[in-house]
Amino acid sequence: MNEIQLLTWVRGSGLDIAVSIFLMGVIWRLFEIYSLGRKKDLSASRCVAGASGWHTIFRRSLPPQGMVKKSPVSYIGGYTFHIGLAIVVFLFAPHILLIRNLTGLSWPGLPSQFVDLAAVVTMAAMVVVLADRINKPVKRYLSTFGDWFTWTVTFLPVLTGWLAVRHLLLPYTTMLAVHILCVEVLLVVLPFTKLFHAFTLFGSRWFNGQVNGHKGVAV
Amino acid sequence: MQGSLIETLARQGVTRRTFMKYCATLASMMALPPSAGRAMAEAMASAPAASKRPSVIWLPFQECTGCTESITRSHSPTLEGLIFDVISLDYQETLMAAAGHQAEEALHAAMKANEGKYLLIVDGSIPLGLDGAYSCIAGKSNLESLKEVAKGAAAIVAMGSCAAFGGLPKANPNPTGAVSVADVIKDKPIVNIPGCPPIPTVMTGVLAHFLTFGSLPELDKLGRPKAFYGETIHDRCYRRPFYDQGKFAKTFDDEGARKGWCLFELGCKGPVTYNACATVKWNGGTSWPVESGHGCLGCSEPDFWDGGGFYKALSMPANPLKMAAKAAAVGAVAGVAVSFFNRGKKSAAKSAHETTTLADLEK
Repeated sequence: MNEIQLLTWVRGSGLDIAVSIFLMGVIWRLFEIYSLGRKKDLSASRCVAGASGWHTIFRRSLPPQGMVKKSPVSYIGGYTFHIGLAIVVFLFAPHILLIRNLTGLSWPGLPSQFVDLAAVVTMAAMVVVLADRINKPVKRYLSTFGDWFTWTVTFLPVLTGWLAVRHLLLPYTTMLAVHILCVEVLLVVLPFTKLFHAFTLFGSRWFNGQVNGHKGVAV
Repeated sequence: MQGSLIETLARQGVTRRTFMKYCATLASMMALPPSAGRAMAEAMASAPAASKRPSVIWLPFQECTGCTESITRSHSPTLEGLIFDVISLDYQETLMAAAGHQAEEALHAAMKANEGKYLLIVDGSIPLGLDGAYSCIAGKSNLESLKEVAKGAAAIVAMGSCAAFGGLPKANPNPTGAVSVADVIKDKPIVNIPGCPPIPTVMTGVLAHFLTFGSLPELDKLGRPKAFYGETIHDRCYRRPFYDQGKFAKTFDDEGARKGWCLFELGCKGPVTYNACATVKWNGGTSWPVESGHGCLGCSEPDFWDGGGFYKALSMPANPLKMAAKAAAVGAVAGVAVSFFNRGKKSAAKSAHETTTLADLEK
């Protein structure tokens, strides 16, 4: 298999398979998780005023008071790489083109130089949070294989994409193929790993907020 | 042709200065050191009388003669064409006057006289299907001819994508079982000059290198001379700044197309194509596909016919959403099945639950 054949495969059958598994997995897991349900809380509601579920969705995006100082790497690093990922994935012209070709939706992109910078910052932030996870005993203790694995499958698409754009390490064709392949691996594992938080995040926050509200915890 | 090349050139009205300039240009195009231009000039200028001109045999197989057309179009009056006067083109079906038995005789005479020293140029792919019956010359299959002529060759030049990679004849479903020269010949140095057709200068450049240094230029892993195939079309494209700015022509006649914006969205394969079109250009430096408003087809890459559509943007996948509905349905079924399984487990646990009383604890 030469690189054009590899590229053709990853853009063709490879992507078909990956997208199918992704869609199947996402729908499967959403059904599975939300059908689990919760035991009915029979206690009298001490409901505090306000929509605690919706509030929590928003509030948990902000660091609690003093926490940024206590755990700067988690918050700043975490924010940086999540925002960076969003920029790289959704505002890079070829990516927008892909989405437009698939769904018909499109929006203006950012100059590739800026996206390039965002990719570098994202990777730097990801390396810093990884180093922090390794260095801090508590974080290390709490980490399982799932954490290391999901970090890797998230990092590789950014790295290979950046290397492809910059023409480093491998010829562009090969690197582009490797990049798409990495994205496909990410798509395949996303529904079945901790990465599924991309879908469940807001739902779980709403649940937590609602339960806390029921218990009378201020939002 | 009698006398040394420089005399012949002088007779044809080419000055020494023009010749030196040509050699220097070739050398710089191939990224050779400045001294190489002089070495080339010396080697070619001292190429002595006709008897010592290196013999070149050109075999046509499953091809469209486009490669020969390409070479001849650049011929007269440009200097590239004159390189042909340095060599002795002993067999080229399209260009030679002889035909039939005479042509065959010329071929065998050249092979015999220059055993082990001649340069073999091949254009077209070699069919292996039906024992090679798809393409025969003088009652011999292409496979037989190639093996026979390659045996005594000093080196082989696979001209064009068909000879280099199988090209159009090898396109899916490859009815003739077409293969490239390198698929058949394993024991000779082979240089691939892919392109559909290849750029004439690239060919003459490789010939000049062979004549000057007696060896083939440095090749990439696909056997292409790095000097010409070292960089992608996209990297050397004059429209590249528009790509970086995200300015794309959306159709072939919109404002973007008229302004000369990037053709990436119209299916340009420049980013994955290694060739020298963007720098060397075509027709004596007149223009090249992207400059004339059409995206690169990627013709110097293996299997470019099966690369997923000439007008499909590189970033555009084949059609991954064709299975989306089915995948979603399977996902929903799996999800519901797992839900029922989980609920079943839950109620089983509930019904298996035994109430513990004080009496039990005191037992």
